[in-house]
Amino acid sequence: MNKPKSKLAIAKRKFFPLVKSLQTGLLLITGLAGYMSARCPIFNIPTVLGLTGSLLLAISGSTALNMWYDRDIDARMPRTSKRPLSTGETRPEEALIFGLVLSIIGITWALTVDILYGMIIFSGLFFDVVVYTIWLKRRTAWSIIWGGISGGMPVLAGRVLGTGAIDWVGIALALGVLFWIPTHILTFSIRYHEDYQQANVPTFPSTYSFQTTRLIIAISSILATLAFGIASYGVGLTWGFLRLLVVLSAGLFILAVQSLRSPSERITFGLFKYASLYMLSAMLLMFFAGI
Amino acid sequence: MYKITIRDRLLLLATVLLAAYQIIAGLDGLSPLSIWIYTTGFGILLVACLLLIILGFEGLESQGVVIVSTAIPLSISLGLVSVHLPSCFFPYLVFCLVGFGATGVTRFVLRGKAPTLVLALVHGTAGLVIILLPLILSIQGQVPAGYLLVSLGGGLIGLGGLLLAFLRAGKPLLSQEVIYQLLPLILFLMSLSFLGGFSFW
Repeated sequence: MNKPKSKLAIAKRKFFPLVKSLQTGLLLITGLAGYMSARCPIFNIPTVLGLTGSLLLAISGSTALNMWYDRDIDARMPRTSKRPLSTGETRPEEALIFGLVLSIIGITWALTVDILYGMIIFSGLFFDVVVYTIWLKRRTAWSIIWGGISGGMPVLAGRVLGTGAIDWVGIALALGVLFWIPTHILTFSIRYHEDYQQANVPTFPSTYSFQTTRLIIAISSILATLAFGIASYGVGLTWGFLRLLVVLSAGLFILAVQSLRSPSERITFGLFKYASLYMLSAMLLMFFAGI
Repeated sequence: MYKITIRDRLLLLATVLLAAYQIIAGLDGLSPLSIWIYTTGFGILLVACLLLIILGFEGLESQGVVIVSTAIPLSISLGLVSVHLPSCFFPYLVFCLVGFGATGVTRFVLRGKAPTLVLALVHGTAGLVIILLPLILSIQGQVPAGYLLVSLGGGLIGLGGLLLAFLRAGKPLLSQEVIYQLLPLILFLMSLSFLGGFSFW
């Protein structure tokens, strides 16, 4: 009885960290929110299962591939040096196979659910793994734009699965995620500036300056809230939900401005956490508005 | 410095959810202006509690806390005045704006007793409006007795706000640790009272 249990535990320890459960969970929620924003009945079990399963696998696969490719960077950064690929607990070829299998199953499943939906999921994976991770991440700080585009794909795909076409609301939702990404990633790159420098990864703080980075965070926060505001109008959010979105957006904006005015480690950390909560809340609002 | 506990975080999260519910539900039959005024008060409460959850009580070290803790009662009292005393709305709006501005300016510009006096005047007036207005309306039979819970909420917000404000002003009424231990519970009970009271509207 003990042997299989310990094998499972070992497999969990080796592979579970490769999928970054919190990030994957948040992206999955954006996909479900995009779908529900089209006022689709949640009781459409086969479609919801197809969306959840395919998206979960594709996002997990792309994250694992991303971690496989970046294993040398991760090993050089104190923050990520304990990851199983950096410590040697997971071998690179194991991680590669794991990522490829998840990605292929996820994309294939997505294509069987709906061709357009599957193509958008595939493009998200392509932008994340090939364009962002392999091509641009080590060359330019601006690579985050491509990371942002791939981050916007799940919500667009969910919306497309609900409506059957790419519409302006789906684009606005994806833009909201795209503009939110800098707030999320750049606060991270400020907080772990020395880690990234040690690994020779170009970031905005190292390429430009901390103050410029904070200005970009403030601008991108405003653009993200505007995009979500426009999208929520298109989704047909009721006044009550809209008021809550305005309140949450105002909080994000004020924190970003505060970070610009009197920068500190605490404010940066607060903005990073609040931005994640903001995204989760905005998506839950779209989700519940659709029920 | 008192470290935030799981109990504190859960109470603050419950406060966030109650405030979010009040913002979404609004109040039936009110003008959009009144609803937005209430939304401002509950919105500031919601964001402030989220930041407390994220940053812990270290977030209360800033002088900005005094301004935030004044904005909540000002907004809610202004909402009550806009609904129940519409003829007094404009003068009270002017009082709120001037009082809010004066609280901020004196906090950052003046030294001595002036900031505390201004704060006590503005915060105290707003707190009294929240406590007395539902009480008087209830005695007059214009609102159900359950609406008195709004007065209770007003009392709690006054208590919490003044404890924080005097702490920041360097004249604490209780020790910092006791205030921080009590604050999440006060905020939660206050939100619960407001929600309960407004449900009788």
